[in-house]
Amino acid sequence: MAIWVNDETRLVVQGITGKEGTFHALGCRDYGTKVVAGVTPGKGGETVEGIPVFDSVAEARAATDANATMIFVPPPFAADAILEAAAAGIELVVCITEGIPVNDMLKVKAFLRDNPIRLIGPNCPGVISPGKAKIGIMPGHIHKQGRIGVVSRSGTLTYEAVWQLSNLGLGQSTCVGIGGDPINGTSFIDVFTQFARDPDTDGVVMIGEIGGNAEEQAADWIKANYKKPVVGFIAGRTAPPGRRMGHAGAIISGGKGTAAEKFEALKAAGIHVVESPAAMGETMAKVLGA
Amino acid sequence: MKIHEYQAKEILRRYGVATPRGKVTESAEEAARICEELGGRCVVKAQIHAGGRGKGGGVKLAKSPQEAREIAGKILGMQLVTHQTGPEGQLVRKVLVEETADIAQELYLSITLDRSQGKPVIMASSQGGMDIEEVAAKDPQAIFRQAVDPHLGILPFQARAVASGLGLKGQTAAKAAKLITGLVKAYLDTDASLAEINPLMVTGGGDVMALDAKMNFDDNALFRHKDIVEMRDLAEENPLEVEASKFNLNYIKLDGNIACMVNGAGLAMATMDIIKLYGGDPANFLDVGGGASQEAVKNAFRILVSDPNVKAVLINIFGGIARTDRIARGVVGAIEELGNVTLPVVVRLEGTNVEEGRRTLSEAPFPFIVAKQMADAAEKVVTAAKGGR
Repeated sequence: MAIWVNDETRLVVQGITGKEGTFHALGCRDYGTKVVAGVTPGKGGETVEGIPVFDSVAEARAATDANATMIFVPPPFAADAILEAAAAGIELVVCITEGIPVNDMLKVKAFLRDNPIRLIGPNCPGVISPGKAKIGIMPGHIHKQGRIGVVSRSGTLTYEAVWQLSNLGLGQSTCVGIGGDPINGTSFIDVFTQFARDPDTDGVVMIGEIGGNAEEQAADWIKANYKKPVVGFIAGRTAPPGRRMGHAGAIISGGKGTAAEKFEALKAAGIHVVESPAAMGETMAKVLGA
Repeated sequence: MKIHEYQAKEILRRYGVATPRGKVTESAEEAARICEELGGRCVVKAQIHAGGRGKGGGVKLAKSPQEAREIAGKILGMQLVTHQTGPEGQLVRKVLVEETADIAQELYLSITLDRSQGKPVIMASSQGGMDIEEVAAKDPQAIFRQAVDPHLGILPFQARAVASGLGLKGQTAAKAAKLITGLVKAYLDTDASLAEINPLMVTGGGDVMALDAKMNFDDNALFRHKDIVEMRDLAEENPLEVEASKFNLNYIKLDGNIACMVNGAGLAMATMDIIKLYGGDPANFLDVGGGASQEAVKNAFRILVSDPNVKAVLINIFGGIARTDRIARGVVGAIEELGNVTLPVVVRLEGTNVEEGRRTLSEAPFPFIVAKQMADAAEKVVTAAKGGR
């Protein structure tokens, strides 16, 4: 088993005719994901390397029975793309697009309260269940099938963690990038809830960063509900307050959201906290070995 | 993106928020003329993006046009130091000259995003003029909060609740509710990330006015606000950051001496953290983008080494989709093209085709210090920055 993404995933790619969309649609297909359709308004009837393109998500779903989507639509239109997928009844929406305005995401969030779909991202690398399928832009081959879950707000730092695990022989059950924006679809808690139920996940590596209080909320939840071992790292200990560190969500504002507070919260929840990002893999190995 | 007080007041006035009359100027002569127009008494306020201007000596009362000229002459051109500028301060290029106000009461009012609720939240306090973070820390009860639905905007009963939360009554409360409604509408319409009025003033006559104003905007939404983009004042930003933004590089200048270039924001922060953990000090945050193209690497390198504090450079790239050997050739090419790079450069490559990537670096004419893991890289660059390569 794995969470959210598996052999039954039937994927639509919104924005498939763009350069990134095409590249990563094929990347997912090469990894083994069933990529059943693409959507670009106005380009219905075309194909991309054998993948049929439709004008709308609803048409794509009707024709192919798709149950998941991956979005590469440019930021001004990305919120609309998410809502279109939700309205079409797609259960899993993975939004890769970076740079969606906060106000657009607030409206998406409000809409999703009445339309229960799973949105992952935006501004994220996606989800991969190694050996089964991937929806996202992560390099598949650095992963290894196994029993460690990974959840993270960042992209390349996740790859770093995965690479450390794979090199130590620790494969992954599912890796989820929840994204670097202040308003996102899936929280750490949502992912931990899934990992808790997944019999094939033994331990979890959790990677947070400065800004907001999602890590603190997750720590409280983990303390009360989660029994498997967790290794945690928070990026941004050296970040100055008031500056946006690349990700729109990575900002210390009003003295809140510092790495120090988050490290403390994780420790208090019994999470195995690592001070060095180079030690995520070896710490998990040690925790599982003990 | 940040703007000046006078610009924030221009925007808020369009939404019916009352402010003192005034004009902005870059000349002391003009300041005297404006003061005269305002009736011979005025306040001269330095316009820089940092807060805490009053305490730093950037806000002064003038009792005559002559005095306004003298004060403006002193403030214009000064390096204004506040708790937000750092010790070097910020050069003042403009002053706002405003009429003096008959202040009966100073309040606090702002709206910003509450990430955990997923809604904008209005914060109001009767303790205006103070640092709101201090108020929040000492007495959280002193801040009244009202969430706003982004679809509906602010509703009349909510505006009245905020006015009441400020402790206002009668006609003054009605005027405040109108101002609060205008502030929220301005915030939502302009895709602001913060709109703050501190202090919000109640006059002796019971009017309500924004004595100061601050607005920040969501960078991701600027594409639909050409008028706000035009308000950007590049002189207020760090020149290296401005240069980096031209190439879509995410660069933030810091105080240390170890420059770092990384692909991805999370890994870039983690790289800064590990430098610190090994006893060094990062000179910057820099994300060259997930793919780390040769063009991005070259521009980034040029910007990094133009910081005179830099003693060593750490390049930390995780090659995923982009193959490490190609990235290595990109780094080598960029340094050759720049020529005369004399700083020690530690490179740590990891990911796809890493052996070939490392070989490319070791065979290059430039003496790269090749590191294997992040910890090894941090150790090597900290040593190099201390002069022991």
